[in-house]
Amino acid sequence: MKRNNLLELGVGIFMLAGILGLVFLGLRVSGLGVGMPNDTITLSANFANIGGLRPQAKVTMSGVRIGEVTDIQLDPKWFDAKVTMQLDSKYDGKLSNDTTAAILTSGLLGEQYIGLTVGGAPDMLHDGDVIHDTQQALVLEELIQQFVSNMSK
Amino acid sequence: MTRYIATLGRATLDTLSTIGRAGLFLIQSIFCLPSREGFHLWLRQMHFVGVMSVAIVLVSGLFIGMVLALQGFTILVSFGADEALGQMVALSLVRELAPVVAALLFAGRAGSALTAEIGLMKATEQLTSMEMIGVDPLRRIVAPRFWAGFISLPILTVLFGVVGIWGGYLVGVDWLGVYKGSYWSNMQDSVDFVDDVLNGVIKSLVFGLVVTWIAVFQGYDLVPTSEGISRATTRTVVYASLAVLGLDFVLTALMFGDLG
Repeated sequence: MKRNNLLELGVGIFMLAGILGLVFLGLRVSGLGVGMPNDTITLSANFANIGGLRPQAKVTMSGVRIGEVTDIQLDPKWFDAKVTMQLDSKYDGKLSNDTTAAILTSGLLGEQYIGLTVGGAPDMLHDGDVIHDTQQALVLEELIQQFVSNMSK
Repeated sequence: MTRYIATLGRATLDTLSTIGRAGLFLIQSIFCLPSREGFHLWLRQMHFVGVMSVAIVLVSGLFIGMVLALQGFTILVSFGADEALGQMVALSLVRELAPVVAALLFAGRAGSALTAEIGLMKATEQLTSMEMIGVDPLRRIVAPRFWAGFISLPILTVLFGVVGIWGGYLVGVDWLGVYKGSYWSNMQDSVDFVDDVLNGVIKSLVFGLVVTWIAVFQGYDLVPTSEGISRATTRTVVYASLAVLGLDFVLTALMFGDLG
């Protein structure tokens, strides 16, 4: 009987270790739950070129993560990219109307993300508003093209 | 001339009937009514197949994670992108290496033992005597082993991944000096729970099914001599490894083929 208990204990610990491992992979490795609180506001911004931006990319302000990109679509009216992002609801009404959104790259080959910079306008952004002042992603080919065409003049 | 064609025909028929028997065998042993006694038999097999395999899986996971970090670092640092180390280690472990290597180790560690055990039972006519006294050997011998393997392998895979990522952390952060925050944050930005972690677990479920199926069927179906047991054990490891590698490609193509 004693031996059987020991065996059951061993299998129990084994199963528990598996579940804890899965929780670790969920929370620590794939970052579930740490990024987004449930309460969010939605903002959108139109970019001329998003480069390699993907949904779930982070939205930062001064390098601090405050939200994530939820959706990227082509705006059929202006033929540019409409990026929808979710921000923590504590920023509702705190960001000024002339906040700029820029697509930045972390490191030389890193992920692309959105960096927000507040302006000085008295009106504030609320849930569902659009950020008008945007800066498109830096695309290496376009830079080289500009450089070459400037050289040849 | 006709003899050769007849040989080919016989080989085809043999293969087909083996596949058919293996399929029937799988279905008969999966759908066994659970009972209190069956649960204890299953528990015993979980201990043998799962708990006893933890040590080999943890040690190999640790070393594979450490080697990945070391190799990845030397390549990434020449692009100045050593912050992406965590991302590389985690993605390659969670998507590919953990399910595949854990399944290969499992085939060698547990699959061969299952085949030899059931094979010896058959060679010493224990299975036949069970049938004589009215105990279904599929239900008493095969089903607990099958379910134990099917449930153990995903858990072993998860443990492999966790230990591998920790091994990568030891080498990358503690030894080579990648910044700790970027190791974790790059990993969290790029690893998706459903797309990467759960797909890895689904892979290991499939591998668990296939490896245990091959192992118990080879044991149940072997020629009951000492030579037959040794051949069946070899076949288990070879077939199971090939099946894991082949299925891994198919599953990867289905899961990640359209992600771009």
